Amino acid sequence: MMHGGGGWHGGMRGAAAMDDSLGAIYNAKVVRRLGAYLKPHWRRIALGTLMMVVVALSNLAMPYLVKVAIDGPIAQGNLGGVGLVGMAYLAAALIGWGASYVQVVAMAVAAQSVLVALRSQMFDKLMAVEQSFYDRNEVGRIMSRVMNDVGTLQELLTGGILQLLSDILTLVGIMLVMLTMNLKLTLVSFVVIPVLIGVTWVWQGRARDAYRNVRATISVVNAGLQENISGVRVIQSLTRERSNRRRFDTLNERHLDANLQATRLSALAQPVVELISAIALAIVIAYGGSLVLGGELTAGALVAFALYVNRFFEPIRDLTLRVTTMQQAMASGERILEVIDTPVTIVNAERPVTLRPIRGDIVFDRVEFSYVPGVPVLRGLDLHIAAGQTVALVGQTGAGKSTIVNLVARFYDVTGGSIRIDGVDVRDIDLPTLRSQIGWVPQDPFLFSGTIRDNLRFGKLDATDAEIEDAARAIGAHEMILRLPAGYDTNIRERGNLLSAGQKQLLSFVRALLADPRILILDEATANIDTATEAVIQQGLVHLLKGRTSIVIAHRLSTVKNADLVVVLEHGQVVETGRHEELLQRGGAYYRLYTMTYAAVA
Amino acid sequence: MPAVLRLFGYLRPYWLRTLVAIVSMLGTAGFSLVVPWLTGRAIDVGIDADRPYLLYVFAAAVVASTLLRGLSAFGQTYSGEWLAQRIAYDLRNAIYDHVQNLSFSFHDRNQTGELMSRATADVEAIRWFFAFAVTGLVQIFLLLIGIMVILVQMNFKLALVTFAFVPLAVLSAVRVSSILRPSWARIQEQMGTMTTYLQESLAGIRVVRSFAREPERIAGFRAENDNLHRLQVRQARLQAFNMPFMTLILSMATAVSLWIGGRDVIEGTLSVGDLVAYIGYLTLLALPVRRLGFLINTFARAQAAGQRIFELLDTKSEVQDKPGAIELPPVKGHVRFENVSFGYEDRSPVLKGITIEALPGEVVALLGATGSGKSTITMLLPRFYDVTEGRITIDGYDIRDVTVHSLRRQIGIVLQDTFLFSATIRDNIAYGMEDAPFEKVVEAAKLAGAHEFITSFPEGYDTWVGERGVTLSGGQKQRIAIARTLLLNPRILILDDSTSSVDTQTEHQIQQALQFLMEGRTTFVIAHRLRTIQHADQIIVIENGRILERGTHDDLVQNDGFYRRIYDLQLRDQEELQAMARSRTGETNGRALRVDGRTGVWP
Repeated sequence: MMHGGGGWHGGMRGAAAMDDSLGAIYNAKVVRRLGAYLKPHWRRIALGTLMMVVVALSNLAMPYLVKVAIDGPIAQGNLGGVGLVGMAYLAAALIGWGASYVQVVAMAVAAQSVLVALRSQMFDKLMAVEQSFYDRNEVGRIMSRVMNDVGTLQELLTGGILQLLSDILTLVGIMLVMLTMNLKLTLVSFVVIPVLIGVTWVWQGRARDAYRNVRATISVVNAGLQENISGVRVIQSLTRERSNRRRFDTLNERHLDANLQATRLSALAQPVVELISAIALAIVIAYGGSLVLGGELTAGALVAFALYVNRFFEPIRDLTLRVTTMQQAMASGERILEVIDTPVTIVNAERPVTLRPIRGDIVFDRVEFSYVPGVPVLRGLDLHIAAGQTVALVGQTGAGKSTIVNLVARFYDVTGGSIRIDGVDVRDIDLPTLRSQIGWVPQDPFLFSGTIRDNLRFGKLDATDAEIEDAARAIGAHEMILRLPAGYDTNIRERGNLLSAGQKQLLSFVRALLADPRILILDEATANIDTATEAVIQQGLVHLLKGRTSIVIAHRLSTVKNADLVVVLEHGQVVETGRHEELLQRGGAYYRLYTMTYAAVA
Repeated sequence: MPAVLRLFGYLRPYWLRTLVAIVSMLGTAGFSLVVPWLTGRAIDVGIDADRPYLLYVFAAAVVASTLLRGLSAFGQTYSGEWLAQRIAYDLRNAIYDHVQNLSFSFHDRNQTGELMSRATADVEAIRWFFAFAVTGLVQIFLLLIGIMVILVQMNFKLALVTFAFVPLAVLSAVRVSSILRPSWARIQEQMGTMTTYLQESLAGIRVVRSFAREPERIAGFRAENDNLHRLQVRQARLQAFNMPFMTLILSMATAVSLWIGGRDVIEGTLSVGDLVAYIGYLTLLALPVRRLGFLINTFARAQAAGQRIFELLDTKSEVQDKPGAIELPPVKGHVRFENVSFGYEDRSPVLKGITIEALPGEVVALLGATGSGKSTITMLLPRFYDVTEGRITIDGYDIRDVTVHSLRRQIGIVLQDTFLFSATIRDNIAYGMEDAPFEKVVEAAKLAGAHEFITSFPEGYDTWVGERGVTLSGGQKQRIAIARTLLLNPRILILDDSTSSVDTQTEHQIQQALQFLMEGRTTFVIAHRLRTIQHADQIIVIENGRILERGTHDDLVQNDGFYRRIYDLQLRDQEELQAMARSRTGETNGRALRVDGRTGVWP
């Protein structure tokens, strides 16, 4: 947004274009697949369709009854007849109302069930797909598919299609009724229809472009706002408020212009369509009137014609709108199916081995791995971690430290060699039992909304309050939690930045301790904790590492010093192992790495 | 109601356009009323064998009046939308302006998403209000009055009977909207809950996986999903029953008028044409009445949205220029905190009785555990918060007596979490000084150790960064932030010397850049590195918002306090290792070994 006159970044343009695209009006694959979801509800749908016909018929009946009244009882002076027709009119209205209730509810239940199924299936898939899916797709984009694309489909299923069908039914019905009443007058008044369709079609195309422009500009405005709010601290410290305001004004104005342009188009369409329908009405009056004079048409039929012509134009005007809805829905449907069809490669073995409890003996046997084919990250890595050991992985960025821990938890599968836990290939171990016994504490701790207690209990769902507090004490977080406004019941997301990074990390330690994993992975877990805080949590960390196999991607010297084994990695291979002191004495890779960190020749 | 009335105040600058809207609204309603009358007349008078040309006259009149109606409808829609867009535009600008001027304590309390929803969803609700609800409601009102007058003139008895139904229709519209509104609100709320649940499940996917909590998350999502389903079906039921109900009432009115009107025609007190016109008028009412519920909803939403927006716009920033505040002249950088306390209203004080004096060019290192208040101290100096007690002076000026703008221009800040904007690297570096020449930008980047990696990008300084741009590593972002501050050349500096995990090489470069940055400036540093701490002119140890210890490194190591504890745990290790490194590399004869202290951090 800070870019003055030039274009928006290419990536943005690409993304916006992708999610705003219109599909074909009819996409056979999407319709077939979504149709399968509708199948179990066919009874409801059949009922709904039947009711739709009833509604259309009752709509048609009403103007016709006016004709009947005028030509029949009124012309004949039959008072009772007038009452009867009045009653019939009322009955038609009531039947229409009842039928439309049944129709809307039946269709809504069917449609909503499909949407629920789609959302659930997408979520299931999202929980199952491998980690690399999340490397490739931003969370925001995935969210938009689950929420917005399903929403678009909802519009189609609960409104669009039904409206389209009933519009078509009504149109056909009106045509039939008019034709039976008077062929000549019908044909003459239909003369305007091609004109009307042509005009709306052309207009629709232009309006669509205009509205797409409106959406594009509003997303730029919102991005500007969003960035301004998240970056407000930097903006204020650099005193950029005035100039940002000017820039924002430009974006806002561009959106205003786009909007006014679209408005002008849509407002202009209104008098044009009305004029065309007025011409039709004028034809009915002039030509129909002369037919009445010639005795070819009754006065009542003329009235009915006038009423029908009025009902004719609304559906035609909406028809093109519905086409757009269809197109959007087809594009959304395709994106939804794409998520549902994402293949899952990391799945449970056919006959999984259940290891419970895991002892924690880990062997890397000539492990090879690459995220991107052709760019190997691990090249035949051999490593043995004995049960109960604390192992520190050190090495430059890109040496493969994080990859190793990702492979142990089977977030990815090895591309060559194998990893064995207690002698069993990780690919043969039952996935839930494997992961539930591996604790992983990342650098950037993620907490869920809810209370502190709920978050800690995430580690062990049936933990009692006493267990939770004990774990918190062991880590050294108890005091800190009690100082929060509502202690363990403090809601984390309620008040903006309540917890600092260090506090969050302490909580994630407690969570991991509660889970009591057999294998613990600390992935640079102390990187965001400041020196003084680390002094406080030192004991807790020792407690957390005790009694389990721990793999530590170390950031703190103290952790490396206390490790049973230090593993030095270079280019995806182990180059040195040993204890801290030994390695320093040896003066090899570890020593070089160390001196590079702490000393540099001026 | 006040919120809505206040919204109307926004129309004032556009009174002329408002007038056009009102006039065209009257025109639309008026010409709408002509068409059914013409149709009725055509049947009664036009179908006259003696004067067949009359039919053509009526037909032409229908076309003409529809054309006029269409034109005034255009005027109405366009002016209505124009006003609505204008007001939305004005509100967005006002919100933008206001939000970015509110103090940090406001932003601590409010989440970005919440503020965004006011600037987007609420503004949209108000746009709808002006575009549809205002004109729509007025139009229905005008039509009702007009039709009532005409019907009464045509046939008093018939009009009376028909209008018995009108209050019924209006009442039911009001009732429907009062039933549907809370139901919609519940759906919206449920959607929000579900979105949050989804967002957290995806953003926290690794945590979910590593605790093998997928089954629970799936069950949780199902539950939210089912809830939404239940609410939506309920909503559909309510809507299906109630919405067509208004049309039904109107149909009832038509049935009754057909019956009574038919009798009158037979008795000769009403012409067939009048009856047709009559029914025509009733159909004319159908569409607006059907929309009434929607309009009332829009009205209610606008009222709520207006309240939320005005609540935001009426929030006073706690930090404001005093009346008669002067520009802070270029300072030397003599900073004094005099017995400063700070706290939020509803919580225990964050800082208590802080007194610090920093002479120009001095480095003050602040040390303390997370939550001790050390960063709050630095945030008080640029007046991101105002002290609640005591005062802060720069070169003798109380910082509350000078303009915020002139104060902040002289203070440079590098925070731990470096925020870059979606813009080119060049624009990001020049963010605080837009008119900086390119050479200056490059120079700052060079000093910050960023030039090399910037030029390694194909587009160099014109590379886009931020949310949609190139992804930079933590170290790269930090160096750009340092360059951004260097460009300002501030006399006073606030910085957090921690670095997110970066490799050794980068680490070293950042260290150098920070060192360079601090030179000759009064610096308050939230210190993590031994080197920074050792070389600071003063070290201030904070605990629970109070100064626990102060002095130089040597003083404090001798003092057997909190600093000594941290030192023993973390810093000494590092010092020893440095010593060992020095001896191993045998740097003794004159070649000085430059040591980069960082508290026990391994790459």
